[in-house]
Amino acid sequence: MKNNELITLSDDFLTVGDTTTPNEKIMESQDCCVFYDEAQALRNINLEVGKKEVLSLIGPSGCGKSTFIRCLNRLNDTIDSAKVTGKITLEGQDIYNSDMDVVLLRARVGMVFQKPNPFPKSVYENVAYGPRIHGMSESKADMDEIVETSLLRAGLWDEVKDRLNTSGTALSGGQQQRLCIARAIAVRPDVILMDEPCSALDPIATDRIEDLISELKENYAIVIVTHSMSQASRVSQRAAYFHLGHLVETDATEKIFGDPDHELTQNYIKGRIG
Amino acid sequence: MSFSFFLLVLIILGLGSYYFGKSKALALKQNDVVHSLPKYYGYYALVWFATPALIIVSLWLIFSEGIVTNQVISSLPDNIKTLPTNELTLILNDIKNKAAGNLVAGESFIGFELAAETYNSYSKIAENIIIYSSIVLGLISFIFAYISISGKLRARNRIESIVSKILLVSASIAIFATAGILLSVLFEAIRFFQIISFDDFIFGLTWSPQMAIRDDQVGSSGLFGAIPLFLGTGLISLISLTVAVPVGLMTAIYLSEYAPSRVRAVTKPMLEVLSGIPTVVYGFFAAITLAPFIRDFGETLGMNIASESALGVGLVMGIMIIPLVSSLSDDVISAVPQAMREGSYGLGATKSETIKRVIIPAALPGIVGGILLAASRAIGETMIVVMAAGLSARLSINPLDAVTTVTVQIVTLLVGDQEFDSPKTLAAFALGLTLFVVTLILNFYALRIVRKYREQYE
Repeated sequence: MKNNELITLSDDFLTVGDTTTPNEKIMESQDCCVFYDEAQALRNINLEVGKKEVLSLIGPSGCGKSTFIRCLNRLNDTIDSAKVTGKITLEGQDIYNSDMDVVLLRARVGMVFQKPNPFPKSVYENVAYGPRIHGMSESKADMDEIVETSLLRAGLWDEVKDRLNTSGTALSGGQQQRLCIARAIAVRPDVILMDEPCSALDPIATDRIEDLISELKENYAIVIVTHSMSQASRVSQRAAYFHLGHLVETDATEKIFGDPDHELTQNYIKGRIG
Repeated sequence: MSFSFFLLVLIILGLGSYYFGKSKALALKQNDVVHSLPKYYGYYALVWFATPALIIVSLWLIFSEGIVTNQVISSLPDNIKTLPTNELTLILNDIKNKAAGNLVAGESFIGFELAAETYNSYSKIAENIIIYSSIVLGLISFIFAYISISGKLRARNRIESIVSKILLVSASIAIFATAGILLSVLFEAIRFFQIISFDDFIFGLTWSPQMAIRDDQVGSSGLFGAIPLFLGTGLISLISLTVAVPVGLMTAIYLSEYAPSRVRAVTKPMLEVLSGIPTVVYGFFAAITLAPFIRDFGETLGMNIASESALGVGLVMGIMIIPLVSSLSDDVISAVPQAMREGSYGLGATKSETIKRVIIPAALPGIVGGILLAASRAIGETMIVVMAAGLSARLSINPLDAVTTVTVQIVTLLVGDQEFDSPKTLAAFALGLTLFVVTLILNFYALRIVRKYREQYE
């Protein structure tokens, strides 16, 4: 963090405009600010998430990437001290409006966490958990179908089809993370949020998850927070650089990693901040 | 030299040995490499000085009385020496009283005064031997330690091993105490089972311990079937758990999942106050307030409820163990990783769905462990039942009847003048032993379950 302290940022901080807007946007954040008690964690974030694209959020630790991603499914609500202002829309509907049912919002905007967190239940029950609480299946056959499709899409089916009744926590780290992805897919979300999904995994498991993200992009909008710049450039089409609570620059991934407009982004990409 | 003066001398000499040990190390440090900090050499010298003194004084406390008494007995006239043990004990007590300067009822034999004096002089000699020998031995051992202090002596490591030994001794006290309690109950219980058969006790359906104490007395022979007592204990414990488990569990869920931190800060200490109320006070509440209320309420419904009903006792006992259940469950619920909650919320589950489907199942082993601990507390609880439960051992599972419990019977059997070798009195130990075994098994399983749960997330 030492480098960050050298660069003072004020509220009239210059942000480079978003030169790319997604073809078809699904979520949009307008002037989103987040406060933890008195401390402001995010300052006026304006960002769009497009359908069928992977948007990566990059930036040094503590820059607000995770805070922002948790605003998109209102998971910050579970933190008493957190307060969100501004407007975030999902297909034009303000998700912080009192009309919005947060339970349904979280079913439409799924989330995969940094550390794989399967429930201490069987593999089957882990995937069936979401559909069951939302009443998405009429019969056992329906549920079997949902579980199988979700596991297939998460690329885990072949490995676990013979042991659907073993505990989810007994799988390897990479398998657990794919199980968590299957669990999120099972409730048929529109958007999947991933908060550093590979940071607890080995390179081979990371490869598999990255391939999976590329496949999932065909059906879902994905927002991924990552510390690995190579991962961001491999999987995402657009990238957003956060710095001390500000969104500094959003652009096509090649542009961000090739020739970023802002000096802070350049410094980060070249490894001078981090 | 009086004993308190002796202690003062020991302390001064102890401080002195610390000082000398430390100064020698400081002096060595001037022109040599010294392994440890100087204070460790001070502690080292102190330990060497104090250990012989402590050993001798504790031996004295254990054995001196016996040795002095034996000396006095051997000095007594022959006709008294050969008296039966219990009479001799009485005479010895008189002698000790006389020696201490107390009034004695009558001087039972010639030479009584002399015996008291002998006792005093032997005690004095023994005391002096102890005092001087501990000081001399302590000083000798200090001198050896002082000589052995050199730069190469690893005093710091020596002290470390001494500290670990002191801790080991402290820890083993609890174990020895448990073993001692178990043995003392066990021997009396074995005497009971020599008179009453084990089968009659464990499987008998009638508890009626009244029996003739003297041979010429008319009385029933006494029946010692423990089943009604254990049934009564079980009934009351079950009622109390029916109250405490749901209330305690829901309290824990509210406190750990829903309560704002300000409510939690007030409620938790309040609950702990509940667990700090003496059980006698709970007994008042059960006997004077709740039981009559239940009886009167039953009357308005046309039911005949005993004023010592198991229901009233069980309810109050349930209130007593609510804090136990809630604080143990609160701990295990809070120990469920936050990631589990977020995973569930992230899928669109509500808070109560998350609690029901993820948190409780994950915390279940710990919660069950807590409930078992609460159950063993309820089974062993004495004061509330003594004050509010009945005395008649009825074979009943109706919560509106008056039943009695194992602990109530133990108290009644041992209160009052009893011969210590009648089955009636010994039965208390057999009951105590059985209760001990039951709660031991419950605690054992409870702790195993709790441990198994802990392994899951670490």
